[in-house]
Amino acid sequence: MHPYLLGLLGGGLIGLSAVLLMAMSGRIAGISGIVGGLLPPKPADDRTWRIAFILGLLLAPTSLAIFTGDNRIGAPTVGPVMLIGAGLLVGVGTALGSGCTAGHGICGISRLSPRSLAATATFLTTAMVTVFIIRHVV
Amino acid sequence: MRQTIASLLTGFIFGLGLCLSHMTDPAVVQGFLDIAGAWDPTLLFVMGGGVTVAFVGYRYVLRWKQPLWAPKFPAAPAGAIDTPLLSGAAIFGIGWGLAGYCPGPAVVSLASGRRVVLLFVVAMLIGMIAVRWMRTSRSASMSPMAR
Repeated sequence: MHPYLLGLLGGGLIGLSAVLLMAMSGRIAGISGIVGGLLPPKPADDRTWRIAFILGLLLAPTSLAIFTGDNRIGAPTVGPVMLIGAGLLVGVGTALGSGCTAGHGICGISRLSPRSLAATATFLTTAMVTVFIIRHVV
Repeated sequence: MRQTIASLLTGFIFGLGLCLSHMTDPAVVQGFLDIAGAWDPTLLFVMGGGVTVAFVGYRYVLRWKQPLWAPKFPAAPAGAIDTPLLSGAAIFGIGWGLAGYCPGPAVVSLASGRRVVLLFVVAMLIGMIAVRWMRTSRSASMSPMAR
């Protein structure tokens, strides 16, 4: 299947997951929020569903690998030091900004939240500027 | 129990979506962010598909009195567009651009067995804990504030 079609299909599945989680449990399918609730200090009381969701995430590529022989996970494009630095920024940024690509970019925008629209426009912009700098300037 | 199964199932569907759309390949993500290079629009299709389905689905579901297995829906996102939101989003974007990983794909990529991705995820968790810790100590010393 064409990569763009797979993108559309995969995106649709992400949207479907968000809708199902809202319909069944009344929860937002934002990964940074789900993970954040498990962390100290003061982890959330409702940890079971968070762990189950993350387990589901991890089972997806594993099942793909079993049934199709390809887990569709690519290799990192940068080295360990850059991965650590980027990870810190993503952690601090999503915690401070209360959301990531899923929570703001899919769930929030779908609820027409002005905060999520502003956040998504902001992180798309700084991400594009960052890639421009590391690929075309430095 | 029902809620746990619901979460496992929705997490699985979410992860399947990320894998099929190749958001689990940082090269594809950075290819989208690289508008001055060989631009790869895949991520646009992913967001388009996701927002379309979630927009239609939410409109339907949020008309219900309550979720199937929970007492109520979360309140509509309130609050102003403030400095923490925008600075947080800006910082997140820089990290996202540098490595091509946002939280979902990073977690899913752990299943690949590439141990180097663990460095990103552990650093991400430390960053999250740092902000949560700052918030807790600040709200403990000041009047109660909205998170």
